Amino acid sequence: MIGTMATAAPYVGYVYPNETDIPWSVLIVIYPYITGLVAGAFIVSSLYHVFGMSQFKPVARFALLTAVSFMFFVPMPLLFHLGNPQRAFNAVLTPHWTSAMSAFSYVAGFYVCLLLLEIWFAFRADIVALAKTKAGFAGRIYRLLSLGSDDVSPVALAIDHRFATALAIIGIPSAGGLHGYVGFLFGSVKAREWWSSDLMPIIFLLSAIVSGIGLLVVLYVAYSKARKVPADENVLAGLAKTLWAFLLVVLLIEGLELLEMFYKRLEGIDAVQRLIEGPIRYGMVLQWGCSLGVLVLLSVLILSKARGRFLVVGMTVSGIAMMIAVLAMRWNVVIGGQELSKTTKGLLTYYPEILGHEGLLAVAFIFLCPFVVLWLITRFLSPWEPEAGKEVSP
Amino acid sequence: MDHQDEEQKPKAENALRRNFLRAVGVGAACAGAWVSKALPAKSLPDETPIPDIPGYDWRKHKWAFGVDATRCIGCLRCVEACKAENGVARDAHHFRTWVERYVYLQGDDQAHVDSQSEPGNIAASGSEQAFRFDNRYQNAPVEKAFFVPKLCNHCTHPACVQVCPTGATYQTKDGVVLIDHSYCIGCQYCVQACPYGAREFNHAMGVTDKCTWCYHRITKGLQPACVEVCPVEARVFGDRNDPESPISRFIKNNRVSVLKPYTGNAPNVFYVGIDKEVS
Repeated sequence: MIGTMATAAPYVGYVYPNETDIPWSVLIVIYPYITGLVAGAFIVSSLYHVFGMSQFKPVARFALLTAVSFMFFVPMPLLFHLGNPQRAFNAVLTPHWTSAMSAFSYVAGFYVCLLLLEIWFAFRADIVALAKTKAGFAGRIYRLLSLGSDDVSPVALAIDHRFATALAIIGIPSAGGLHGYVGFLFGSVKAREWWSSDLMPIIFLLSAIVSGIGLLVVLYVAYSKARKVPADENVLAGLAKTLWAFLLVVLLIEGLELLEMFYKRLEGIDAVQRLIEGPIRYGMVLQWGCSLGVLVLLSVLILSKARGRFLVVGMTVSGIAMMIAVLAMRWNVVIGGQELSKTTKGLLTYYPEILGHEGLLAVAFIFLCPFVVLWLITRFLSPWEPEAGKEVSP
Repeated sequence: MDHQDEEQKPKAENALRRNFLRAVGVGAACAGAWVSKALPAKSLPDETPIPDIPGYDWRKHKWAFGVDATRCIGCLRCVEACKAENGVARDAHHFRTWVERYVYLQGDDQAHVDSQSEPGNIAASGSEQAFRFDNRYQNAPVEKAFFVPKLCNHCTHPACVQVCPTGATYQTKDGVVLIDHSYCIGCQYCVQACPYGAREFNHAMGVTDKCTWCYHRITKGLQPACVEVCPVEARVFGDRNDPESPISRFIKNNRVSVLKPYTGNAPNVFYVGIDKEVS
């Protein structure tokens, strides 16, 4: 756990000596990334639950399970990063309210509860049915999960639906708040030229949504393949339009911000320019290249009213590219912000460790966890409509 | 010093915390019960008590620091003294105070700046455990050159205190920003928030560290170590409540400036003789 620092970051120009020990590692890149995936997946389930977009019904419950699986692991990179993780609860017990970070456990905790409740209502009928049919240990778990309620009459189901909708309505601002909050964590740091922007929360939120939709597309296609069921074309075509719309807005806002920055040319802009051309150049190419590529690809898919294999492959590529673009964006913000020296006279270069608790392996492990958990949950609670797949029950 | 942080919490914040705990108690049955039981003992005195430092009343002082860059000769005794006095990591990447060298060569519009983390200076020092500037400008056409000592600015509105999620870093009544090492979780949000790069991470303890103006010395009537050892009186320290203190006279008799005033942090380290390039 705690120990010596990783090697000091190399730099050019002049940086404050303490800056050569870069505070936030690649773990803090993955933290907003995972949070964002949650927000995006949740939004898709809301499109069905709240906005009545019935083409998303086949993935609505899967989106909820995806959101909660990733949400469970949001605190993990933070805990790995803390110098004294055993004291993490200090921020919960004595939150210092002027700090955005002090709200983290409350915002995240509230959101987890909300997701679990919504999942319970969305799956209650299934849980009751499984509790009645399954024997042994599994049956006991399902009976426990049913919380003693076994009424699956149409009236009761209508009430479930109303609750799920109400929770989804609360969930939209919560998901927005959760990710807007993460953007605020960065945007409010006035000491960092590259972070300190009023647009940071909205950019984080919108990029979160597009990354989450990307993730959901990839997962949906993969699960369909695994279940040997064709992916629902209406779902994919609908997600194509949704992703296109959100992506367009986020690109516009990010583009306009850069334009304003370079047009105004306030003090420090030269350093920002050197940052973009230097340490984060590959990240910027990935972020913008993938984003614009996806926008074009989606436009083609939508205009050509793509169906069948073209749609599935096109959307899968879009989903993967979207996830890469947003991961690159998180890197460009979190790492880029720290590579630009507070002196605005120098640039540092961050090299992540491979091993070690802040290394790339740790990050890969953390990022793998939600996929495993999601797989386990779907084995236990199938989110798929019986008529859509072969599996009726897990 | 550990208990000072809880003692100096403003009353309003304690009231807020009380309300908050009440709300939590309702929902989170077990945790809530435990929390509300654990907290009243810790918080909520009506008056912030004076820390238990013999012969010292923090309500009677208002500390401030002055730097006369025209005097500094870049000998780095201050850096050495600070590292020794405060047990700061003996490497070229963790400092509570450091000195920057600004050099304008003939025809240059911008200064060349360096400090102890620079490989050339480490080589000249022999190791990262010693501190000296190299001689790189010996034969260069230097037009203007000066040294600028840097340290925590102990701001009136410290951004580092604002962002601390636990309240482990706090401002004392006498105007010093400190860290409770037994309460810091090591998130380094404060390191990000400081515009001056004054905070460093203590990897051995997993907590953030920074200049305390040698609080353990000044509360005994001594000078901070860096001020004590400066051979040219480039560093000035004192009590602004005393109009005849060195710092009061320094501010009165000079046209002083502060670093990065636009951040709104209102620093309490006052500079004389720095250039537009210094930030």
